[in-house]
Amino acid sequence: MLKIKCPYCGYRNESEFSCGGEAHIARPAVSNKITDSAFCEYLFMRENPKGVFLERWCHTSGCRRWFNIARDTVSHEIYEIYLMGNTPKTVKGKKAYQANWRRTSKAEAASKTPKRTKK
Amino acid sequence: MRHMQSHRLETNNGTSINRKKPVHFKFDRKEFTGFEGETLASALLAHGVHLVGRSFKYHRPRGIFGIGSEEPNALVRVIKGASAEPNLKATQIEIYDGLIAESQNRFPNLKFDILSINNLFSHFFPAGFYYKTFMWPSSFWMLYEKFIRRAAGLGKISKKHLEQNRYEHKYFHCELLIIGGGAAGLQAASIAAQTGVRVIIADEQHELGGWLLTDNNFNIDEKPALNWVRDTVEKLKSAPNVTCLNRTTVFANMDDNFTIMAERVTEHLSRPFAHLPKQRLWKIRATKIILATGAIERPLVFSGNDLPGIMLSSAIRSYIKRYDVLPGTRAIIFTNNDDAYFTALAIYEAGGFVRCIVDLRENPKSQIITTIRKLGINVKTGHAVIAAHGSRHISSVDIAAYDSEAQAPLSSISHMDCNLLAMSGGLNPVVHLHSQRKGKLIWDERTLCYRPDNRSDEWISVGSANGTFQLKKALNEATKKTTITISKLLKENKKSKIQKNNSVPNSEEKQQNWAPTPAWLIQSAQPHISNKTAFVDFQNDSTALDIKLAVREGFHSIEHVKRYTTTGMATDQGKTSNVNAIGILAGSLKKSIAQTGITTFRPPYTPTSLGVIAGRNIGNLFDPLRKTRIHSWHQSNGAKFEHVGQWARAWYYPQEGESFHQAVTREVYATRNYAGVLDASTLGKIEVKGPDSAEFLDRVYTNEFSNLAIGKAKYGLMLKEDGMVFDDGVTTRLAEDHFFMTTTTGGAAGVLGWLEELLQTEWRDLKVYLTSVTEQWSVASLSGPNSRAILEACLGKDNNIMHDFPFMTMKNSFINGIPARIFRISFTGEMAFEINVPARYGLALWSHLMQIGEEFKLTAYGTEAMHVLRAEKGFIIVGQETDGSVTPYDLGMNWIVSKKKSDFIGKRALERGSMDEPQRKQLVGLLTTDPQKVIPEGAHAVLNPNQEAPMEMLGHVSSSYYSPNLKHSIALALLKGGSNRKGQTVYIPMLDGQEPIEAKIVEPIFFDKKGDRLRG
Ligand SMILES: [Zn+2]
Repeated sequence: MLKIKCPYCGYRNESEFSCGGEAHIARPAVSNKITDSAFCEYLFMRENPKGVFLERWCHTSGCRRWFNIARDTVSHEIYEIYLMGNTPKTVKGKKAYQANWRRTSKAEAASKTPKRTKK
Repeated sequence: MRHMQSHRLETNNGTSINRKKPVHFKFDRKEFTGFEGETLASALLAHGVHLVGRSFKYHRPRGIFGIGSEEPNALVRVIKGASAEPNLKATQIEIYDGLIAESQNRFPNLKFDILSINNLFSHFFPAGFYYKTFMWPSSFWMLYEKFIRRAAGLGKISKKHLEQNRYEHKYFHCELLIIGGGAAGLQAASIAAQTGVRVIIADEQHELGGWLLTDNNFNIDEKPALNWVRDTVEKLKSAPNVTCLNRTTVFANMDDNFTIMAERVTEHLSRPFAHLPKQRLWKIRATKIILATGAIERPLVFSGNDLPGIMLSSAIRSYIKRYDVLPGTRAIIFTNNDDAYFTALAIYEAGGFVRCIVDLRENPKSQIITTIRKLGINVKTGHAVIAAHGSRHISSVDIAAYDSEAQAPLSSISHMDCNLLAMSGGLNPVVHLHSQRKGKLIWDERTLCYRPDNRSDEWISVGSANGTFQLKKALNEATKKTTITISKLLKENKKSKIQKNNSVPNSEEKQQNWAPTPAWLIQSAQPHISNKTAFVDFQNDSTALDIKLAVREGFHSIEHVKRYTTTGMATDQGKTSNVNAIGILAGSLKKSIAQTGITTFRPPYTPTSLGVIAGRNIGNLFDPLRKTRIHSWHQSNGAKFEHVGQWARAWYYPQEGESFHQAVTREVYATRNYAGVLDASTLGKIEVKGPDSAEFLDRVYTNEFSNLAIGKAKYGLMLKEDGMVFDDGVTTRLAEDHFFMTTTTGGAAGVLGWLEELLQTEWRDLKVYLTSVTEQWSVASLSGPNSRAILEACLGKDNNIMHDFPFMTMKNSFINGIPARIFRISFTGEMAFEINVPARYGLALWSHLMQIGEEFKLTAYGTEAMHVLRAEKGFIIVGQETDGSVTPYDLGMNWIVSKKKSDFIGKRALERGSMDEPQRKQLVGLLTTDPQKVIPEGAHAVLNPNQEAPMEMLGHVSSSYYSPNLKHSIALALLKGGSNRKGQTVYIPMLDGQEPIEAKIVEPIFFDKKGDRLRG
C-alpha cells in the first residue's frame, strides 16, 4: 500500500485515495467542431505506460480534493505531486507530459472553452 | 490410556520446555502428555509418533519433517469448543491442557487410507495431470470436481468458527521494524533500543532467540550464548521505545514499508482471556525494515525421501536441544555440507547411535568433521543415499559411491538399517519478504543459495537471511547495517547523531565450512524409476520425474514449470522445495541456476486465517446500515425492508395474513384512490450554492436550469461524457445563487463525487459549492387524490400557501410547528407533495401525517408499491431502465435534451453518427396477452419463439409488475428499434420448458396518459 502525500492533508495510506486515471485530458468544447474520431480519442483512449505516468488522484476518504501524481507504474515510486491546473515540474514528469500524444491531438486543440454556454 | 514418552531424553537440558509442567492433550482421539513450552510436533515425536498425515495426491504416509513454518507434511486440525481450524502446522502449535488435534487428508484413518491406492496408480497422476485430464471435454469437469475435492480436501472448517472466535485489527507506526528475533535480529534491536527510535521486533516463534535456542554451546560476549539471548531480550522488553512481539508472523511486506503481521494472541491458552482476541492483525507503516528472517534448510531429493522418519537435519537437532526429544535411535546422516555434522554430534551426545554420515563431498575438511571422526563415527565421503525403504516408517537405506556432477551412482549398493534419517542440502535464506517488494535475488555460487541484492535502503537483510550464515559474521553485519540505518533515520528526523562504533559481540562458536557441494537430485542406476518417488514438493506431491516430464513437454521457464507441476504452489509456498526444483530444472536444461532464475514470492509468507484478515468486519459490522429517522415506525408497523445501497428502505407493510402480492396491491390501490405516504428520506440531496450555480447546472444537466424561477422545481437528467444516462432527479431554485438538488437513492454519493470532480478539475473557474444534505432532511412523500386535503389539514392555520401551489413549485411553511419545505412534485402520477423537514423531526412529522390522514384513508406504502405506481406511468428508474448504455433518446426523452445550450456534459457524444443507428435499444411498454401473466424482469424478448437456438434477441424486460389499477400485467422493455415496433407481438421464451409469454408492444405509459390526475 502506497504512502501518498495529499497536498492538503499530508501523508496518508493509499486506501484513503482513489485513482482517477490519466491526467491532463483536455475536454474539447462542443462548439469547436471536431470529427467523431477525434472526439472518441478524447472519450475512450487512455494511456497505460510502463514507467512514468501522470495520474489524477482524489483524497476520497479525507479532504475530497483532487490533485496530480507523477508515478512510476513499475516501481510505484512517486516522483511528484502537484495541484490541479498545473503541469509537472520534475524532469521525469515534464518528459512524460511532453511525450504524450495528446499534446498534438485535435481534441486538445479544441479544448479552449468558450466563456459561457448559453446563447 | 496415556502413551509413554519413549523418545524423551532423561537429561533435562531442553531450552524451551518446562519439565515441571506436564500438559495433557489428544491427537486423533488418543491421550498424550507433553511439557509446557513445546509444540504438538515435538510432543508427538517424544512418543515416537512420526506419521501425522497423508499426502495430497498419492495419499502416501507422511511424518513430521521440519521444526517451524517450513513444515509441509504435518498439517492438522485443532478443535476448540464448537470451532475447528484446519491446516495448522503441528510444528507451530503450542500444546496446552485439553488441546484436541486431528490428522487430515486421510480416510478412514491414518494407518489405513483407502485413497492411498492412488499411490499404486501414480502414473495416472503425472505433471499436468489436472490440465490434461480435465481440460477436455469440459463437461466432465463437473464429474471430476467432486472426486477431486473429496480426495484432495485440505481440511475442514467448522461453520461456527467465526461465532466462537474474535479477531481484531491494529494500526501501528514505527521507525524501525526488525523481522526475526534470532541472533542478528536481537543484535539489531539492542543497538536500536539505545537510540530512542521506535522499534518493533517481531518473531514467529513463541520465544525470541532463533537458532541460538538450538545451537548455544559456546559463549557470546564472555557469557553462555543462551544467557546473552535472555539478557538481550530482557533489555528489549524493558525499553520504553521497543515493542517485542512473539508468536507474530510478518506475512506481507508491501509498498513504502507497509507490512502486515498476524499475532497469535490466545491460541496457545487452554482458557483464553475473554477480553483478548484469538489473533490480532497488525498493519504497520515502518520507516525502515531490517529483515533478519534467518534461513531454512533444504532437503535432498532421492527415492523415498518422503518416508516418515526422514527429517531435516537442523530440525532433528532442534528437537534434541530444545525439547529433549530424540526422534530416532539409529540414525543416518545424509549431507552435502558441514552443518549436519552438528546434528550427528547432538544425536551422539543424546545417546543415539549414529550409524553413518553419508557425505556427498569428496574430501571435506573442517574443525567439526575432525571432532566427529575422533568420536569414531563412520563417515562415508563421496557417497549418497540412493533410496530409502520402509512401509509407514523408514527402515533402511541404499548407499553407494556417487558422482554428483553426472548424477549417477559409481558403485554397487550397500544396505543399512536405521529408524531416522537426517538430511541436509544446504540453506535457503528466507528471502520471501525481500522478494515480495520486487527485490532481486542473486545466486551465490559459493554458498549455493539465492540471497537478496540489497539494493534498497528501505528494507535491509542481515544475517542468514542475507546469506551470512556464520554467527560471527552475522553479528558483525547486523551491527554495521543497523548502525548505518539508524544514522540515516536520525538524519531524516534531524535528531542527534548515533555513536558510530557499536561493538560487535564476540561469539566463539565452532568453525565450519559453509560451502556445500551442489546436489539437486540423487538418482539410482535406473533414474526413470527412482525419480518417480524422489519428492521435490512434499505438500503437493510433485517429484523429480514431474519436473523432467515438464521439460520434455516443452515447459522451460521456471514460472511455467512451477504451474505445470504445481511445485512450490502448496500452502508452504515452496519454502523447502523451490531451490531444489530450480536445480533439477537447470540440470535438465543444461543451464546454470542463475540462468534458470527464480519465481517471485508473493504474500502471505505463511497461510493466514481469513478470520484475522476480516477482523471485526463481519456480520452486522461488515457494512454500515443506514436507517431513516422514521425507521422505528416502519418496524413497529410490520414493514419488510429492502436494501438500496446501504439504506434499509420499507419495502411493503403486510397486514395480518397478507401475502406480498396482496399487500402491494392494497398499497397501490389506496394511493390511487385515496392517499398514500412513502418515506423518501433516502433520496440524495445536494445543496448547490454560489454565484455560478445556474451556469454549473446548465453544464451538467441536459436541460436548462438558468431560466428556472425562484421557488420553481424542474426534473433534470444527467449524462456522463459518453452521452449515457447517469442520474436524474428534481432540482429546485431556492434563491438566485442557491439550488436544492435531489438524486436517486443509490446514486447520491456518485453524483456528488462526479460534480465535485468537474468543479475541481474541469471548471475550476466556476464559483460553486456543493454540500451533501441527504441526512439533514427527513422526507414524507404524500400522494393521491386526498393528498391536498390531508396537507391542508396538517398545515392548519398555516394553510394559506395552498391557495396558490401549482405543480413543480416549492413553499416554506410549518406543519404542527415543524418547519417544512414542501415540494409539489410527483413520482406516482397522482397529485403529490414531498414534505421535507429537518431530519430529527422526521418521526414527528410522519406520526402527525398518519394521525391527520386517518379520516382520509391515508396508507403507508413501501418501495415496491412505488415501483408499480411509477411503472404504470412509465416513469423510468435510473439503474433499472438504464445500464450505462442508454441515451435520453433511447428512453424517448428527446424533450429533455436542450437544443439551445451550446454545451453540456454528454452533448457532443449524443451528436455522434452512431447515435442515429435505428437498431439501438429503445424503451417500450409491453402488455401481455394473458393479463395475469407477469414477465420475469431481465427476461429476453424475441420475434419468433420457434427459431433455433441461439435465438436472435430483440432486447430485455427492465421492469415488470402486476398493475392493480389496470388489472393487467405491465412491463417496460428495451428493444432493438423499439420505437418503430408499436403494435408488434413479441415472445418471451421461458426457462424449464414453460410456454413463451406473448406480449404486445405499446407506448411506455399505461395509466392516465394525459396526466390530468397529476395536475389536479
Ligand atoms: Zn487530503
